[in-house]
Amino acid sequence: MLLPLGATAIVATVLLWELCRTRVLGLLGRARSELVRRRALARGTEGAAQLGYDPGRERRAERRARELLRSCVNEEEWAMYRDLGFLRVWGGDEPHAYLVYPHRPIVAYLPRTGALLGEHCVAFPDHSRPYGSARLPAADDVLAKWMALTADERRVVGEANMHLPGRQLDPGRVKADLARLARWERERLGRAGTRGLGSVRAA
Amino acid sequence: MKLLRLKPGHGEVVLAEGDVGVPAQEAELIEAFRRELDAGMWAAVPRERGDGRREAEMVRSFAEVPRDAERVIFFPRAAGGAL
Repeated sequence: MLLPLGATAIVATVLLWELCRTRVLGLLGRARSELVRRRALARGTEGAAQLGYDPGRERRAERRARELLRSCVNEEEWAMYRDLGFLRVWGGDEPHAYLVYPHRPIVAYLPRTGALLGEHCVAFPDHSRPYGSARLPAADDVLAKWMALTADERRVVGEANMHLPGRQLDPGRVKADLARLARWERERLGRAGTRGLGSVRAA
Repeated sequence: MKLLRLKPGHGEVVLAEGDVGVPAQEAELIEAFRRELDAGMWAAVPRERGDGRREAEMVRSFAEVPRDAERVIFFPRAAGGAL
């Protein structure tokens, strides 16, 4: 009596397993994936906490950097950066100039024609990453480029990766920035009645 | 004279400050200066020319820093950006 019942129970269990196997394995797989995802999420959160990203601190850093930039460049250049978001630095011996954007390539161009000469891709990474990032605040990046260009143009251009215009920056946008700069200077000259003083030509 | 360093996430930090006319303070400035150069930093002295224009001068040793400089700014050396 027990033997047939036992055999029936075994057969029923095997059949039940065959019927449910796909579903059970699917559930187990999804549970495992969810566990992995949650662990990764936890690691990411811990990572972010370790990096200590703080928007407030970043804003304070940028404010501090802008004050330092303001104290280093002259009034016209500071107004240019404040109003337009970039600086113009005159080139050394050649009749060229540079547009200095924060965290973007330095653009060389001919002021007389507006022709774009090239993009100098350069960065000032701080590998000590004090708060998890190697990037300086935007105004500090501009200041670093300004100092490097006005002090030793050849050196900074030599360190940069040079590309034709359009590699990273839209030439149309750069031309629009040059037009904005020209308009800004006209308005400024109109207000002041005198030509402001820029930086010295790049060394 | 102040020695400043540009720092990610912070803006500039004062590394050292002192009077170059006082030997002990000058020694501290020199020590801090060397430390930054050893860390691979570039050093620049922002200055104003007689005609009102502004520029920076790169310095490679403390001896190259003008004695009347108010500040020396250290910043990470340039590296080629995105290829």
